[in-house]
Amino acid sequence: MNVTSINARLMQGNQACAEGAIYAGARFYAGYPITPSTEIAEVLAERLPQVGGKFIQMEDEIASMAAIVGASLTGAKSMTATSGPGFSLKQENLGYAVLSEVPCVVVNVQRLGPSTGGPTAPSQGDIMQARWGTHGDHPIIAVSPSSVQECFELTVKAFNLSERFRIPVLMMLDEVIGHMRERIVIPAPGELDIFERKTPEVAPSQYVPYEPQDDSLVPPMANFGEGYRYHVTGLLHDDTGFPSNSPAVMGAHQDRLHEKIRRGLNEIIMVEEAETEDADVLLVAFGCMARSAARAVKEARAKGQKVGMLRLITIWPFPEEALRQLAEKVKAIIVPEMNLGQVVDVVKSAVEGKVPVYGICQADGEIIPPERILEKIEEVL
Amino acid sequence: MFAEIEQYFRTERLPHIWCPGCTNGIIVKSIVEAIQKAGLDQDKTVIVSGIGCSSRATGYLNFNTLHTTHGRALAFATGVKLANPELNVFVITGDGDCTSIGGNHFIHSARRNMDLNVILFNNNIYGMTGGQYSPMSPSGAKATTAPYGNIERPFDICNLAIASGATYVARGNSFNTRQLTDIIYNGIANKGFSFVEAIASCPVYYGRKNKLGNAADMLKWQRDNCITKEAADRLPPEKKQGKIVTGILHHEPAPEYTTEYQKIIDKFQGGEES
Amino acid sequence: MSAVAETTQQTPIAINLSWCKACGICYALCPVKVLGPDELGKVTVIQANKCTHCKICENHCPDYAISVVGGKKS
Repeated sequence: MNVTSINARLMQGNQACAEGAIYAGARFYAGYPITPSTEIAEVLAERLPQVGGKFIQMEDEIASMAAIVGASLTGAKSMTATSGPGFSLKQENLGYAVLSEVPCVVVNVQRLGPSTGGPTAPSQGDIMQARWGTHGDHPIIAVSPSSVQECFELTVKAFNLSERFRIPVLMMLDEVIGHMRERIVIPAPGELDIFERKTPEVAPSQYVPYEPQDDSLVPPMANFGEGYRYHVTGLLHDDTGFPSNSPAVMGAHQDRLHEKIRRGLNEIIMVEEAETEDADVLLVAFGCMARSAARAVKEARAKGQKVGMLRLITIWPFPEEALRQLAEKVKAIIVPEMNLGQVVDVVKSAVEGKVPVYGICQADGEIIPPERILEKIEEVL
Repeated sequence: MFAEIEQYFRTERLPHIWCPGCTNGIIVKSIVEAIQKAGLDQDKTVIVSGIGCSSRATGYLNFNTLHTTHGRALAFATGVKLANPELNVFVITGDGDCTSIGGNHFIHSARRNMDLNVILFNNNIYGMTGGQYSPMSPSGAKATTAPYGNIERPFDICNLAIASGATYVARGNSFNTRQLTDIIYNGIANKGFSFVEAIASCPVYYGRKNKLGNAADMLKWQRDNCITKEAADRLPPEKKQGKIVTGILHHEPAPEYTTEYQKIIDKFQGGEES
Repeated sequence: MSAVAETTQQTPIAINLSWCKACGICYALCPVKVLGPDELGKVTVIQANKCTHCKICENHCPDYAISVVGGKKS
């Protein structure tokens, strides 16, 4: 029996996400029960104390988000999980984490909205909220898995990116991926890279908390309790961490927050191409819709239609460059998504009219089936 | 002598932003003196605050300081303390921050009994935004958003803390600084959720709007209208009318959250190998 | 360097005028009128010899601008 078969299991996406967090070194979870994400909390309530970690069920989603930021400041890799209504509540302290550069991972198992919407109905309707849910200009990283295996591995990557760039990373699952059960091979310890946050190399007296030490523009981060007494605030601030009203200081702070992500795009952007070499029609899909789109590609190819797919694993920052290169080669782009038009508009903007872009947009709690995508392919060819 | 407590301040950040005669500075000094008296390690002490006048205190204090979002200080502090229970965690909050927008976090933090030391600066008003009524503005008080007098009833926040399960509850004021330092110090000794309401004065917004005199008059008002619990216990009810009772109002130890959680972790001695 | 200014005029009271905001608490509360306002309303020592080191001024200065030197530890 080989190692792989020992570690192969049948698992739900939400559980894989929780196990991926443990593998990544997450040792703190705060959350509030909400369908369809609750299994993540349930698994971690059981698993975290087993590995010396902490789980707490907070009084609400706002508090959960606050608690993981507090925990992360002590050095604990921290996570929360939620769905639409809770994601709305998390926006306040999500912005705090972006501004104060505190690493954390936020899982959103998307359900149909707005408001209470359809609690058990899948959706991809929070893509724009992931980008712009919290107020003010800010960068964000959002990724979206398409399989149970990827729930595990992408959670590990989400922690790595969060710790590497000191920014919250959003794991945008959807109800289909979260509740789907399929085969997963649990990676052996050491098989996947784990990134540990950079801590200061200087003595406390020399530590300037928000002063970058290299071209990454990501400053080393001291843990509370280790002798580096510094100030963390949600106010725009200078490199010392203390607030300032100076337009020069506030502008520079904003610029660095954005620039550190821009400089890291090569590490952050993840996409997967399938059958794109000779494609006339390109499907752009993510999350559970990438599964439906993959089927459509297969069936179209069987009919002799040259169809390929660009699967977005990273959604924010948007993989514009990968898309632009493909837009040079294809005759049409189709974006099937379970919302009434969110990614399709970003695709249109990215390809700048070079090629027609069509959306297949639906927000009724049903997955868009391959047949509808095939119909659209017929239509545009 | 300020020199005796200077090490606990980021003196290069002083003078602070508070208005002339605001007594937040007095309360901050009592917190620092209590920390000194308790002999807490500055490197192992975290001070968390929310948003509002009093919450700006963290910027001046030479500890690990965390100035958070409006009302959420207790939730951030909960994360800090649970993730690393070795840290001494203080929360500085105001009447608006703690009892209005942060009200839910407050009652649940009290119920959970995590070892947090909370000092609520009660100046009866939203000062940072220019003098709006808070859940602790007295009935009848005037504020920019209560121009005809406040028709709401204020919280007795200490009673709310007790009802919510806080294991240590005390009240002090910025006139009786020795008492205030002592009750904060005793709160530090309580292993659990310790809550201190510190009566502050806001002469610029609350005082002017309600014609309460100058800064010194407002401090004298605290002196003349507060009685200690010990004194109050000896007085007949009619003599306590209208008086604010200060001192330790409640102390009833109960199992502390992080200690209880550690017991669960300890069941899994195998650690990572689970 | 100490943030508190050296005592001046041979008084037991050290005043850091740069931190004083002229709130008037100290001289209103001083029981023996050692302190008074200057032309800007900031604290000044007017009769140093009467100081009893009670430290009411120091304890109630919200701006840490006053340190009473000597006397019993507060």
